Amino acid sequence: MDTSEDILQQASPDLVRGSGMARRTKPARLSPSFVSWLQAGPMMLVFLAFFLIPLVFVVIVSFWDYNEYQLLPAFSGRGYTDTFEGCIAQLPDLCTIGRTYVMTLKLCFLVWAITLFIGFWVAYFLAFHVKSKTWQMGLSLLCTIPFWTSNVIRMIAWIPLLGRNGLVNSGLVKTGLINQPLEWLLFSEFSVVLALVHLFTFFMVVPIFNSMVRIDKALIEAAYDAGATGFQTLVNVVIPLAKPGIVIGSIFVITIVMGDFITIGVMGGQQIAAAGKIIETRVNALQFPAAAANAVILLAITFLIITMMSRIVDIRKEL
Amino acid sequence: MTKTTGKTGVSRRTLLKSTAGLAGLAAGSGAITGFPYVMSAEPKVLRYLGTAVNEGDDISKQCLKDTGIKIEYITATTDDVTKRVMTQPNSFDVLDTEYFSLKKLVPSGNILALDAKKIKEFGNITPVFTKGETPGGKKIGNQGTAPWKVLYLEGKDSKTFSKTATEFVTLIPTVYNADTLGIRPDIIKRPISSWAELLNPEFKGKASILNIPSIGIMDAAMVVEATGKYKYADKGNMTKEEIDLTMKVMTEAKKAGQFRAFWKDFNESVNLMASGETVIQSMWSPAVTKVRSMGIACTFQPLKEGYRSWASGFCVSKGVSGAKLEWAYEFVNWFLSGYAGAYLNRQGYYSAVLSTAKAHMEPYEWAYWMEGKPAEKDIKAPDGSLLEKAGAVRDGGSYEDRMGGVACWNAVMDENDYMVRKWNEFIAA
Repeated sequence: MDTSEDILQQASPDLVRGSGMARRTKPARLSPSFVSWLQAGPMMLVFLAFFLIPLVFVVIVSFWDYNEYQLLPAFSGRGYTDTFEGCIAQLPDLCTIGRTYVMTLKLCFLVWAITLFIGFWVAYFLAFHVKSKTWQMGLSLLCTIPFWTSNVIRMIAWIPLLGRNGLVNSGLVKTGLINQPLEWLLFSEFSVVLALVHLFTFFMVVPIFNSMVRIDKALIEAAYDAGATGFQTLVNVVIPLAKPGIVIGSIFVITIVMGDFITIGVMGGQQIAAAGKIIETRVNALQFPAAAANAVILLAITFLIITMMSRIVDIRKEL
Repeated sequence: MTKTTGKTGVSRRTLLKSTAGLAGLAAGSGAITGFPYVMSAEPKVLRYLGTAVNEGDDISKQCLKDTGIKIEYITATTDDVTKRVMTQPNSFDVLDTEYFSLKKLVPSGNILALDAKKIKEFGNITPVFTKGETPGGKKIGNQGTAPWKVLYLEGKDSKTFSKTATEFVTLIPTVYNADTLGIRPDIIKRPISSWAELLNPEFKGKASILNIPSIGIMDAAMVVEATGKYKYADKGNMTKEEIDLTMKVMTEAKKAGQFRAFWKDFNESVNLMASGETVIQSMWSPAVTKVRSMGIACTFQPLKEGYRSWASGFCVSKGVSGAKLEWAYEFVNWFLSGYAGAYLNRQGYYSAVLSTAKAHMEPYEWAYWMEGKPAEKDIKAPDGSLLEKAGAVRDGGSYEDRMGGVACWNAVMDENDYMVRKWNEFIAA
């Protein structure tokens, strides 16, 4: 558009100016930067009102004092000092918050690794093995079907399956593979990871699939022509080009799992520590500043992880 | 023309007359049950915040029928009810909450004490609340936040609990019970008589407690006392050392894999027990009844160390005044007048005014639920489903025996903040 106008202007400046006046009833043209601000504005306002301002409040409240029934708006580091209570005194043993984060990070790592593995191969299959666009669309829609029911239902559905007298255990006992029901199937780290993987693999599939379909098929043909094996093509062509999708999917999964307390609570029988669960316990006891302090710590750690990941891949550049 | 007009006038008048007559007749006979509601200038609506214990559909329907007051339930968990009172005191009118949360609610100034003189049946409220003894004169354990410690305020807007009776009542009592362990006798196959059994390694991986720190720790304290390890001055108000000691016992049990899961709501406790995930756990009476109504053996086992009790009642939001306050009194008076009490008794809870509830129950029902006698006929739930066959006896027996056996009450400790931190440590261990 601009180019054609430039050409026209060179050819006949008057004509263009004239036609411009005729086309626009308001001669004052909005500057491009203003238009950009206008376009980004609504999102920015939503972000400001529902994320940044509340976040500022959380940080402020985390430095307040409290008693049994109210917040005391006086500066106090109690929320933080209580949280790190015993962290030096108990060395070399870990303190409560240390143990909680070790457990949270462990669950987070397991869920991330498994969802990445499954998500990558599902996306790979959809992008490279399913030839027709219609089938690709159809199959990726199929992946969304579990999302038609609520998170909670998909999670709770595991309980009758995995229980002591559940389907899996009674099946295994009947086939004679085991004599005693397996206790670790439910209310254990296993069941927590299983439920989280089930809930969040799709968040890996979508961005990775999105990156993969945009890989130029000619590149893969070129690799093949150059004599690369399938594995070499995967490592040297597909994975590097799918990296933005992998990082975005990883950010989804990691941020969700780091803050989760419902799934860990229900599937872990409320006996597994999680950063989110500490916050929940504090909020339930009306100790809002302590809860806010824990939220700030959780946010800082999650932010650190995300920053490290975006160091590996510059998402903005890749998109 | 004139003739016709006259005729029409007459017929219209006749029509009006007869309609009015019919309406009057219907109103008189009580056929139009919503009558006061329809006629009042503004609809009588009360927003009722509480846990689900008292919130039966049948109760709100009957209330509308009897008083014209429409109840809008706002249901939340115990913790969330307290949170809401603190943070959004104008989002409800009537509050239904437990006595132990008063230590937080009263100092916040967000609730309004009710006037005992305006409660018709106040004099008939069971002495469990007013004197700390059963109608038969048995003394009830006073450890924890026992209702009679926090029943009265010193003045209308006072934030201090009065030791003697005043007319300013924090919560008008409605419902309460004595809680103990639920067990699966078909799997345990031997008598259980002590709280110590909860942490008996025999039930490794098959025990559970409530996932509310302040209540869970009291169950643990019952176990500690039962094993003879320690005797608390007040299980509902421990010192830091006592909290450490109790949590240590709990942590050892958790590390040894004693607990299958902690439960948070009614249905979770029912599912754990019914599916055989647990065979011994702290429980609520109607949850035991629910498991039993599924055809699974479950006993609300009385134990020699006694029960852990809880009680709840009504107050109003500080924002309620004028006509709305009058409706609130009308509603509370209605609630104590019998229908609701009988409804609660039939679920295995206890009502605050026994005489009015008794009048709304069949003699055989009263004998089964309150007197601990074998059921003369089949015992049915308020919804008509079969709970117990004729001949059954209630676990724990009569009202006197059960309430008389209460050892302690649900509580908020002075060291609550420390306890919550220790609870997080316990979960992380």
